[in-house]
Amino acid sequence: MFKKFLLLASAGLMAIGPAVAAEKVKIGFVTTITTPAGVIGKDMVDAVNLAMEDIGGKMAGLDVELIVEDDGFKPAIGKQKTDKLVKQDKVQFVTGFIWSHVLLASQKSALGAGKFLISSNAGPSQMAGKLCHKNFFSTSWQNDQTPMAMGEVLNLNNVKSLYVMAPNYAAGKNMVAGVTRTFKGKIVGKDLTKWGKDAQLDFSAELAKAKASGAEGIFVFYPGKAGGAFIKQYAQAGLQGKIPLYSVFTVDSIALPKLQKANMNGVMGSVMTQFWAPDLDTPQNKKFVSGFKKKYGRYPSFYAAQSYDTIFLIKSAVEAVKGDLSNKDGMRAAMEKANFPSVRGKFSYGNNHFPIQNFYSREVVKDPDGVWTTSVREVVLKNHQDTYAKDCSM
Amino acid sequence: MDWVLIITQLLNGLQLGLLLFLLASGLTLVFGIMDFVNLAHGALYMIGAYFCATLTEFTGSFLWGLLIAVPVTAAAGALLEISIIQRLYSKDHLDHVLATFGLILCFDTAVHFLWGPEGKAIPLPTFLDGRVTILPGIEFPTFRLSIILTGLLLAFVLYFIITHTKMGMLIRAGASNRQMVSAHGIDIKSLFTVVFAVGAAMAGFAGMMISPITEASIGMGNEIIIVAFVVIIIGGIGSIKGAFLAAILVGLIDTMGRSFLDTLLKLILSAENAETAAPALSAMAIYILMAAILAVRPQGLFPPKGR
Repeated sequence: MFKKFLLLASAGLMAIGPAVAAEKVKIGFVTTITTPAGVIGKDMVDAVNLAMEDIGGKMAGLDVELIVEDDGFKPAIGKQKTDKLVKQDKVQFVTGFIWSHVLLASQKSALGAGKFLISSNAGPSQMAGKLCHKNFFSTSWQNDQTPMAMGEVLNLNNVKSLYVMAPNYAAGKNMVAGVTRTFKGKIVGKDLTKWGKDAQLDFSAELAKAKASGAEGIFVFYPGKAGGAFIKQYAQAGLQGKIPLYSVFTVDSIALPKLQKANMNGVMGSVMTQFWAPDLDTPQNKKFVSGFKKKYGRYPSFYAAQSYDTIFLIKSAVEAVKGDLSNKDGMRAAMEKANFPSVRGKFSYGNNHFPIQNFYSREVVKDPDGVWTTSVREVVLKNHQDTYAKDCSM
Repeated sequence: MDWVLIITQLLNGLQLGLLLFLLASGLTLVFGIMDFVNLAHGALYMIGAYFCATLTEFTGSFLWGLLIAVPVTAAAGALLEISIIQRLYSKDHLDHVLATFGLILCFDTAVHFLWGPEGKAIPLPTFLDGRVTILPGIEFPTFRLSIILTGLLLAFVLYFIITHTKMGMLIRAGASNRQMVSAHGIDIKSLFTVVFAVGAAMAGFAGMMISPITEASIGMGNEIIIVAFVVIIIGGIGSIKGAFLAAILVGLIDTMGRSFLDTLLKLILSAENAETAAPALSAMAIYILMAAILAVRPQGLFPPKGR
């Protein structure tokens, strides 16, 4: 009798369970809030909050709850926070992730529990290739793609020899691999510098080597505050005008206000590649950039743009199943269509759920108000798919 | 390998070493004289940088910012010593570590609260932002050179104070035997406050000098403080001379490792392995040195006399 009662009770609980959970769309957002890299996380969270306002806090009539977690720039903590989101908060979507090594450490906790995992920035080669998963999506790019576009820009500019610098972690290595793949000249020197919470920020030794190498160009990938520090030291070391700077994810709207304040004029006209720019001409981007500037009084970064897209991607999935969050197949199919207004314009998803999209060259310019920003120049790679998609068995 | 690069890298190593010395000198005095483990020394390095950034903004000049921020940081150090640190001297090392670790968290959060999460850049005046030709063909950033010169000057001043003044005599005596000094009726309490404030000013000054190169940011001291501890352990705790030589040694090893290790490793390893292993190994080099020195000379290279 007692056993039967228990069984009934648990059956009853199980019946209530999903119904209770379905009242809300729960989105976990793992990013870096503390450590100096917190400035990136802040930009992302600001963008997500803006997106939440723009959708009125609802998806298909359901309330949306956003739970932001801080990974402290550490893979182990990122994993812990993902576990917490999955087990304690019972979110349906785990999103965010600035850092490739944090994403790689955390992916199993989300995907293993059957949750959707959406990277709003990190695009390690593993997730695009062997570790690709039906419930993993990216609203950014695979790490190699942006530097591959840069390699093409270097070829077009007739650069024959290159000095390469990047941080020593998953994404840094992907960036180096990317530019090496398309650049046709010779790589005369390479430095992988210490990264993480105690990242190396003083590049005196590396810059001296770059100068001595006699390279015709220097390629760097230094996201977050390392970018500003690098550019300052590049100018102080007198490389400006001698070895032109070609960067990816280094000169962005996080670094530029500080560079402008410090009067680092040398960054003007510096070239980079990216899938997006604040002045990219799409209706959703205009709405996003003007909304962001109005609300926060500054330009959004690409991190922000991707985070904004993340919310609209989820919204398209929830609306496709009319708010039935237990219909995972339906939501997955909807997301695979990439049928949502993206800041980058229309794009499609590849078999590995990474966007197939354009990459542009961008240049640092002054906007009409005198604020330093980046402006899109031309398409370098059109509808580009990453090279790891072929290793993905989906 | 050309000599221009080698000389430039020696200068870079010297610059890093002198910066470490500024930080380590205060640490070694506080540890050596007061027997106090101050993990929060790095926090003083950080707040010095933030004070300087704000004052530079306010006065419009880095030099004024520096000039005002140094005494302000010293005052902050004295205040910290009188209000909190003083109560901890009688406790054991574990309590010091716990309390000063707590202080780090307080300082980091306070800076986050006051200045926000993004760092603060310090713009340099034009005459410091360029380069000077040191030898024909060797250009070196003016500001890095000014770190070397001020570092050497401060090291000399500190050396003079410690070896040629009464105050210095007391400090040396304190480092050798604390109890004997107080037994002679010296007011060790105010001596401690002064030493702590001077240490804070030196650390703050180091933070102010690095910020125009990187930037003032939260937690900037927490990373470098570990290296500063390595320096004082290698040099011998309580010894300014030891801190000076060990700091230069560590600065040179770190810079030379970053510069030439990958080239050396490529002789025995594949290019790809060498590139990955070199940054890891050069980051480890100073710890290997510390372990070796601890094994041979546990008291450090130049321990104070009478220990």
